[in-house]
Amino acid sequence: MSITTPRPAPTVAPDKPQARKDLQGERLYTASQWRLMWWRFQQHKLAVVSIVILLIAYLIALFCEFVAPYDPNRFSPRWVLAPPMRLHFIDAEGQFHLRPFVYGYKSSRNPETLAMVVVPDETLAFPIKFFVRGDPYEMWGRFATDRHLVGIEPGAASRDQMLFLLGADEMGRDLLSRILYGARISLSIGLGGVFLSLILGIILGGISGYVGGTADIIIQRIIEFLRSLPAIPLWLTLGAALPPSWPPLRIYFGITIILSLIGWTGLARVVRGRFMALREEDFILAARLANASRMRIILRHMVPSFTSHLIASLTLSVPAMILSETSLSFLGLGLQPPIVSWGVLLQGAQNLRAVVLAPWLLLPGLFVVIVVLAFNFAGDGLRDAADPYAI
Amino acid sequence: MLKFVFKRLLLFVPTVLAISIVTFVLIQLPPGDYISVYALQLESSGQEASEQLLSALRQRYGLDQPIYVQYFKWMGNILLHGDFGHSMQWNRPVGDLIWERIGWTFTISIATLIFTWIVAFPIGVYSATHQYSFLDYLFSFIGFVGQGIPDFLLALVLMWIGYSTFGLEVGGLFSEAYRNAAWSWNKFVDLLRHLWVPVIVLGISGTAALIRTMRANLLDELRKPYVVTARAKGMKEWQLIWKYPVRVALNPFVSSMAYVLPGLVSGTTIISVVLSLPTTGPMQIRSLMSQDMYLAGSFFLLLSSLTVLGTLISDMLLAWVDPRIRLE
Repeated sequence: MSITTPRPAPTVAPDKPQARKDLQGERLYTASQWRLMWWRFQQHKLAVVSIVILLIAYLIALFCEFVAPYDPNRFSPRWVLAPPMRLHFIDAEGQFHLRPFVYGYKSSRNPETLAMVVVPDETLAFPIKFFVRGDPYEMWGRFATDRHLVGIEPGAASRDQMLFLLGADEMGRDLLSRILYGARISLSIGLGGVFLSLILGIILGGISGYVGGTADIIIQRIIEFLRSLPAIPLWLTLGAALPPSWPPLRIYFGITIILSLIGWTGLARVVRGRFMALREEDFILAARLANASRMRIILRHMVPSFTSHLIASLTLSVPAMILSETSLSFLGLGLQPPIVSWGVLLQGAQNLRAVVLAPWLLLPGLFVVIVVLAFNFAGDGLRDAADPYAI
Repeated sequence: MLKFVFKRLLLFVPTVLAISIVTFVLIQLPPGDYISVYALQLESSGQEASEQLLSALRQRYGLDQPIYVQYFKWMGNILLHGDFGHSMQWNRPVGDLIWERIGWTFTISIATLIFTWIVAFPIGVYSATHQYSFLDYLFSFIGFVGQGIPDFLLALVLMWIGYSTFGLEVGGLFSEAYRNAAWSWNKFVDLLRHLWVPVIVLGISGTAALIRTMRANLLDELRKPYVVTARAKGMKEWQLIWKYPVRVALNPFVSSMAYVLPGLVSGTTIISVVLSLPTTGPMQIRSLMSQDMYLAGSFFLLLSSLTVLGTLISDMLLAWVDPRIRLE
């Protein structure tokens, strides 16, 4: 941690087999700490894949207006609970198309139950196109456009045909579009909650670990007390305390604060532990003997030494936040429609009847699982990489 | 040992007192009270809610008094008479409502705890002794996935699979025929046939966590010199592992009581809604939404106190199993 590099680490990124061979060589001893971590992180293949998945997920959340085929609130009574469309490459005449296409939908009556159902109409084939014109939107409230990443171009005759890659919900809204818009809320609420927890955790954990004494005892008791409260009932109670008359944005921030209210205790413990360990290190003693101020010692010498550990614990605490938001909203005590989040979407799948009738309503849950797993694996890899000097 | 127990018990009292205060503040947080919710209900059903009636109701439930008076009244009744107050929504004593249901919450939680131990213990030992084997990887994978799935989602998926492939109605704890029947062997069997879904759903993440700690702890122990010595002296491998390292690595099982049990009690809240189980969960959520404050508050107070009690018990067990902790 306090190892300084005699000369700057090579700036050219080594290709992989080369890097591994060099790990035994001289470059291992001259590499900077961050380069060592990068090498260590690369060895955890699953973590690298997870980071890529997370990057894609956050990019989608950032550009969801463009990526989503439709406006999330566009509904059509004709396509209530339309099943996911199947992508076809071979048409009815047995001809192969390189560009996949989907069959349009028509409503028909089930001869037995007499209920209206949506079935594919094989006379209508729509090729999947990129950068199609669709619902108008304003990207980040600035650029007005109507281009969408994927979609179909139904002709004038079948204007109300829509592309349902993941099916439609009980109001005939496109589930894929809603999931992509939900990603923006669900993914950002995790980051926001962790950010708030981080601030609280560093301040209180730092005081606890560096100052020690009475302050440490008081803060430790507070943490123990907060941890002894059962998390889910506490969240439920706090969630119920948010007035339903609040505007959606304020509810969103309210939920973020509620989530971080418990989350910070874990981070404060990590910070405190690192501070206590580092306080005894020789280089801190050296800095103190050199008459460095307390703030300078903390910010210049201690914080850089545990940033890597902190990043790892942060990554590991995001999924818990995402899961909590999902559970709270699922129960109706978190975010409420018209906000679209993954938990809100799962409200549609609350009972067995809905799930049996339309199993695709569970799909938002699949996205939750993928993101949570990716965060867990990435955090695992980062934790291993955080201490590159361990064997 | 006695001194240790005494010290822990001494800490228990102020903690529970602090919890009761926090509870009362929490249930007072939502704007308005049950009477305003009740007035809204009356209005939406077309009835007139006169100021007179509302203030009379407030007076009857003591809602017009200052908050600290309400708190002391509530706590006083709990401590002196075991009376948790009156549920305004159900128009029944809170105590009766809770005792009817808390038994099921605990049945499910304890069944899950036993399931977790029975499954996690052998798998943890196997994974550590057969590190990097196929089964080790498989269990790790299942564990990771189990931790990533929100439990209500797992419950929904299991219900859906059970219904669509086996034609089973897996919700609830009893079939229609046994719901109101007296206890009999058949009713018990029927209970077991329904109990496995919540037990698996609740247990999977705890099991995964326990397997990982057991594996890590045992791996640390297996590398220690005393194991090598015993092996060099010709002790049978099977006997060696079970007699020494496993016993040392057993600590997380005991300390897991502290966080597993409250986690389970919390967890049942959500999946009870999905699986329509007769536990405290659904009632708790409804009471929170309608601001039935004594009911909601009592639930929170009981669950939190039980959590603290669970920690206390596990600390004592740990001290009993591991003398090093006792002496500290």
